[in-house]
Amino acid sequence: MKRRTFLGNTLALATTGAALSTGLLAPQWAAAAGEASAASEASPSPFNLKALDEVLKSLNATDAKTSDAIKIKAPEIAENGAVVPVSISTTLAGVSTISLVVSNNPNPLAATFTLLEGTSPDVTTRIKMAKTAEVIAIVQAADGVHIAKQNIKVTLGGCGG
Amino acid sequence: MPSIKLRAKALEGGLIEVKALMTHPMETGLRKDSAGELVPAHFISEVIVTANDKEVMKANWGGSISKNPYMAFTYKGAVGDKLKLTWKDTKGGTDSGELVVA
Repeated sequence: MKRRTFLGNTLALATTGAALSTGLLAPQWAAAAGEASAASEASPSPFNLKALDEVLKSLNATDAKTSDAIKIKAPEIAENGAVVPVSISTTLAGVSTISLVVSNNPNPLAATFTLLEGTSPDVTTRIKMAKTAEVIAIVQAADGVHIAKQNIKVTLGGCGG
Repeated sequence: MPSIKLRAKALEGGLIEVKALMTHPMETGLRKDSAGELVPAHFISEVIVTANDKEVMKANWGGSISKNPYMAFTYKGAVGDKLKLTWKDTKGGTDSGELVVA
């Protein structure tokens, strides 16, 4: 994220710089500008991120506290990784989003549920799991981000290939 | 064949339980077919559920959600609410289903 901001800033500087400076410098700036715009097009969605750290960062969950108030209901052993039922519920107050992350999947972020007024902080879905992994529930509550984890053993991976 | 199965049930305490099953391949874009070719990504990326035209749930999904995705949640509502579920996928496809809570 920081790198992108940096590139963005460089780009802004570059545009003004190029306008003011000599023709000799211009091609260099132009090349830098092209690179920056390609980078911002390539990764707009946290669902495309591959590294668990980056996913947690995109959800502001890097330093989130583990909370007992979040309950993950899922099997301890999943025979078929293609269909693993997972429920996440919490007693935390003022929940706005519940995200579901699978630590060992190629794209770890599986889902973000946005709860609107009157919706209970209790969601169920079914996920794919490439292999044995931790399922991480990330809850944005009124007093900050909380997380909970559960390990699920997968005997048959669900991502094909 | 409709691609969405929508069910709703009134629970105690003025809560409505919504269950939805959608028909969709949910291709991650990482899987290879039998010929060894990558199958392009094609999955539902957004689901919105409204009750009487007011949003009650918005879900953003990645390719890690199972094929023919299922989701369930509860919201504060009443019998007679008009529910509508709309999904959009990564190839620009969309579909919606409606139900009156009975």
